[in-house]
Amino acid sequence: MDTNDEAEGRALFSYRTLDIAVALFFLVVCAIVVTDSLRLGIAWKPNEGPQPGLFPFYIVVAMGIASLVNLAQALPHTEDGAKTATTVPGIKRMAAIFVPAVVFVFATNYIGIYVSAAIYIGAFMVFFGKFPLWKAAAVSLGIAIVNFMMFEVWFLVPLPKGPLEAALGY
Amino acid sequence: MDELNALFGGFAVALSAYHIMLMVIGITLGVVIGVLPGLGGANGVAILLPLTFSMPPTSAIILLTSIYWGALFGGAITSILFNIPGEPWSVATTFDGHPMAQNGKADEALVGAFTASFVGAIFAVCLITFLAPVVAKFALKFGPAEFFAVQFLTFASFIGMGRGSAFKTVASMCLGFALASVGLDGVTGTLRMTFGQDELLNGFKFLVAVIGLFGVGEILCSMEDGLKFNGATAKLRMDAVIRTWKQLPKMWLTFLRSCIVGCWMGITPGGATPASFMGYGIAKRLSKNGPNFGKGELEGVVAPETAAHAAGTAALLPMLTLGIPGSPTAAVLLGGLLIWGLQPGPLLFVEQPDFVWGLIASMYLGNVVGLVMVLTCVPAFAAILRVPFSIIAPAIVFICAIGAFTVNNAMFDVWMMLIFGVLGYLFNKLRYPLPPLVLALVLGDQAESSFRQAMLVSQGDVSIFWSNWLCGSIMTLGLVMAFWPTLQTLRAKLTSSGPVARAA
Repeated sequence: MDTNDEAEGRALFSYRTLDIAVALFFLVVCAIVVTDSLRLGIAWKPNEGPQPGLFPFYIVVAMGIASLVNLAQALPHTEDGAKTATTVPGIKRMAAIFVPAVVFVFATNYIGIYVSAAIYIGAFMVFFGKFPLWKAAAVSLGIAIVNFMMFEVWFLVPLPKGPLEAALGY
Repeated sequence: MDELNALFGGFAVALSAYHIMLMVIGITLGVVIGVLPGLGGANGVAILLPLTFSMPPTSAIILLTSIYWGALFGGAITSILFNIPGEPWSVATTFDGHPMAQNGKADEALVGAFTASFVGAIFAVCLITFLAPVVAKFALKFGPAEFFAVQFLTFASFIGMGRGSAFKTVASMCLGFALASVGLDGVTGTLRMTFGQDELLNGFKFLVAVIGLFGVGEILCSMEDGLKFNGATAKLRMDAVIRTWKQLPKMWLTFLRSCIVGCWMGITPGGATPASFMGYGIAKRLSKNGPNFGKGELEGVVAPETAAHAAGTAALLPMLTLGIPGSPTAAVLLGGLLIWGLQPGPLLFVEQPDFVWGLIASMYLGNVVGLVMVLTCVPAFAAILRVPFSIIAPAIVFICAIGAFTVNNAMFDVWMMLIFGVLGYLFNKLRYPLPPLVLALVLGDQAESSFRQAMLVSQGDVSIFWSNWLCGSIMTLGLVMAFWPTLQTLRAKLTSSGPVARAA
């Protein structure tokens, strides 16, 4: 990843695109909550007070209005809006931590959080940090073991464990 | 002067080698707990509570409160260095603390935060010593309408004091409320917004959201900017303590304001989290340096930290005098008192004077010991920044995952954390403020139920919020805050159309 590559990084999304996308996301959330609030009832029941949907309903109505204003402000083509928000190399670098993180969380279900984390940290150090294998192995195992001692042994907080921990008697 | 005599008696109880040792142990554990996201002061105290059953009650509470002080100090460390608030009340510390670390002033930010914490806590302990009976009577008057008024003021102050787009603030805050309303409705027991998903029964836990929005979001932002970790240039000079302390006396007014806000919020019980936001907001509005807030201003670290600790400490006042805990940690301590066979309440002062005054004296001593300990360790904390980013980044994701998991012991929360991480990145990029979202998620349930209770009392009549001077003045102040941006625009229009344009 040299700096030239970064400077010439292809623009992917402009601020305008992202702003519109997020405003639409808010409107979708708004629609979901309004649907369920209406099901729960937003009226005033005599002797019972406001129905459960009342408070969320008015809250998301406020959110909807604010999002519509945000959307209206984002829609016109402006100089600020056309600025590049994310570049292809930027997205790639984010994916480098995020995609493995998803795999790490997924793997936690099967091999436990400690083994999964040791692999995640070690792999990231080797492939992204260009650390030699032995250093990566030492650091990642160290972090996993320290956390294991801290949570399982000292603080007695149970975390997801896999076959390895079971073999060790935990 | 009975209080002073009693206090000296308390010092005689607390000042033994055994108790000082317990304070040192407690504070060390507390700092570790405070640094780890997900292991909050309340969890830490709860986990260690069983260990204290064999101790005499005075020693036990000294150990447990020391853990509490340590957690209060420790929460600031990760906020400043990594932009990950270890505790909800240190969210406001990140606003200026992290920019300071990015500017290479991590050590000054840490010293400022610790000193501010100390000042806030000592102020609150003084208050507990002398004002306990008076203030307790006052807090007894609080009903649902007053609670809602305080919460309304907290939220309105975001709109009034926020930078940037007020509409984005409103949208972000309402999203927090909407997320908070998911799950079991506390008033009627109906399920809301769960759409048949069992995982959503408990709703969204704010800690999961905080860990995702701040922790994972920050990692994504740093990754996008390349491999540098913001703040890696921090220079560590041992004179940081003196350098920072020289700047602090100028801020006496900020200290005083935050102390008062903090004590008020701690007793009422608004808690440390809204106190820290209000302390920050008020300082931003009233300080000469206000416009620089958010860019790495020491005063912006001092204001929320002082308020948070004043509140965190003052929260023990209603617990001791009334048996009403002012914070989650105080609630766990209350549980401890009951297990040791002590009945909290006004009678505690009469029946167990040794315990009460020993505890109050230990608050003074514990904070002094804590300050000395964390100050000597500042270089060690700041050295964490020198670790290469390719180790820190995945390690933080790992710690975040642990934190998210421990909230409910559910993998679902870890997935939610990843989703909140993406949201956090987008919000950060597009300048949607995150603190209103988090606070709405924390206080949303309470605000809603106090609103509904107040409405039930008055049978739907909104004028209940103006039924007495206390509630009415808070609500009016809240409304002024909520419409502050509109008022500003109006004033700007009036002055510019006037014959003489006023110099800004």
